[in-house]
Amino acid sequence: MTASPRQASHQAVVGSPAVAPVSAPAGRSLWADAIARLMQNRFAVASAILLGVIVSAAIVVPWISPYNYYTPQWALLDLPPTWHGGHIFGTDDLGRDLLVRIMWGCRISLFIGLVATVVSVVIGVLWGATAGFVGGHVDSAMMRIVDILYSVPFIPFVIVLVVMFGRDLFLIFVAIGAVSWLDIARIVRGQTLSLRNKEFIEAARASGVSGPSIVVRHLVPNLLGIVVIYATLTVPSVILFEAFLSFLGLGVQAPMTSLGVLVSDGASELQSYPYLLFIPALFLALIVYCLNYLGDGLRDVLDPKER
Amino acid sequence: MAATPLLEVHDVSVEFATHEGAVKAVSHVDLDLMAGETLAIVGESGSGKSQMLLGLLGLSARNGRVTGSARFKGEELVGATTKRLNQIRGAEIGFVFQDPMTSLNPYLTIGRQLTEPLTMHRQIDRATATSQAIEMLNAVHMTEPERRMRQYPHQLSGGMRQRVAIAMALICRPEVLIADEPTTALDVTVQAQVLALLREVRERFGTAIVLVTHDLGVIAELADRVNVMYAGKIVETGPVEAIFYRCRHPYTEALERSIPQLGEERLERLVAIAGNPPNPLHLPPGCAFAPRCPYRLEMCDRRIPSLEAVGTGHLKACFYEGAMDRMAEPA
Repeated sequence: MTASPRQASHQAVVGSPAVAPVSAPAGRSLWADAIARLMQNRFAVASAILLGVIVSAAIVVPWISPYNYYTPQWALLDLPPTWHGGHIFGTDDLGRDLLVRIMWGCRISLFIGLVATVVSVVIGVLWGATAGFVGGHVDSAMMRIVDILYSVPFIPFVIVLVVMFGRDLFLIFVAIGAVSWLDIARIVRGQTLSLRNKEFIEAARASGVSGPSIVVRHLVPNLLGIVVIYATLTVPSVILFEAFLSFLGLGVQAPMTSLGVLVSDGASELQSYPYLLFIPALFLALIVYCLNYLGDGLRDVLDPKER
Repeated sequence: MAATPLLEVHDVSVEFATHEGAVKAVSHVDLDLMAGETLAIVGESGSGKSQMLLGLLGLSARNGRVTGSARFKGEELVGATTKRLNQIRGAEIGFVFQDPMTSLNPYLTIGRQLTEPLTMHRQIDRATATSQAIEMLNAVHMTEPERRMRQYPHQLSGGMRQRVAIAMALICRPEVLIADEPTTALDVTVQAQVLALLREVRERFGTAIVLVTHDLGVIAELADRVNVMYAGKIVETGPVEAIFYRCRHPYTEALERSIPQLGEERLERLVAIAGNPPNPLHLPPGCAFAPRCPYRLEMCDRRIPSLEAVGTGHLKACFYEGAMDRMAEPA
């Protein structure tokens, strides 16, 4: 039998009675591992690249473009998309450059979507995992709080917030975040209930790991898959939520814009100027698609068994 | 015996509150564990052997209640704070579970799981923890320990996982290792390897082992002393030779009869113990084994026998004093 280098080194280790050399790697983290495997999923990589392009365009274009999102150009109302004059996506009904407005819309929508999602995932996961893990009366109390918050009608809630604190982008985060963590908390709690009785949780207890550490070290990694899926579904729904609020005049305030605002504005002029609807809608759809593919890919790689 | 036991269990009961009433899974159990010895606890499923040990470490289910006294190195465990129990669990008392397929976290690498008890109990940096983990993997005869550290549980076979689980239980060098049916979920050939490993561990680290099993073969291989449990009570206890060759309780005899024997002249029908274990909600007023016992006396249905000495360190809880011969030949 010819000894491969690996076998040779292995024998060297087994043969030495002393402590194994410290050169051993400290174990790749779940994430480093997952990202390496994500690279092999073509759809996920393509989505990540496209999303990256959109995000960098959203950052760069408003910055280098000669136009801004708020100054009307009365001579150039409703200009169709054209290469001449630099308005490649045309202008809207006030003569503002659509490209710059869409890029601003992407900025605002993605920002709201990501921040509100992160906030709601963090709150939802910790809340749900704690309720499910601790169980008993604590679980009942925590989930009744969720039920109560569910029953609060959303629109009046936002109106009250707006009346009390005035219109503010931060307020939209609060309003959306306050609502969207409830679903995640419920899903995570259900998942935790089934994980709680698994033997490895018992084994962790038996090796002296405290309750909070079990939640963070053992439960959360097992929940990551489902949370990532849900989070990628939450981003688009938050973006649409924001659009809905803006439509009611409770969200982003004109002349500031968002993808939701652009789509709803475009919809009202669909018959005469369809590009005002279709171009922003295309960006919204692309973002949502990319996030979904990315989430799908992440779910696969976060499950070690899919390896 | 002059030495004080490492673990002294006295009058421990474990009760579970259910909708149908209190279930007494373990009632008034006494046992001692000396340093370095291997103590086996044997009994059918549901006889309370696991629940007793889980109860001692405060790991009973939420509706469970543990009473009595369990002193570990003189310190009372029953009613100890969770914080204190967390310091003892894993560090001074290691626990190996039955099924290595489910007792390792599928989402964490072997390395992460092995080093976790170390980072919990010992103030050491990651590199030291990693090298100690690799050393321990070597000690349990895992091939290519460095590579195993980066692997996930599903990439290992059942036997290898049980080795990892044993390494995890031993990583803080506990004085007591509780192994809850460590071989039940494994192939027969792998079982032998794991038993050999446990024996080696005992010699190398001087760990006292509490072995829970329903396999008498495992006990013959490993144990110094045996406790036979039935319906939450210890019915016979003694040195392993006494239990195997001079057993005095009908239930022990029945257990031994129910092992298939290799190399017997005539292939007999395997002897099963007639009837079922009693429902812990409605235990009989007398001896719990009486309804299934071929030696039953009149008093067995009325009074509960207590443990009485029949030899050196050999106790039984049974009223019958005659010869043990009625289970021998099933017609």
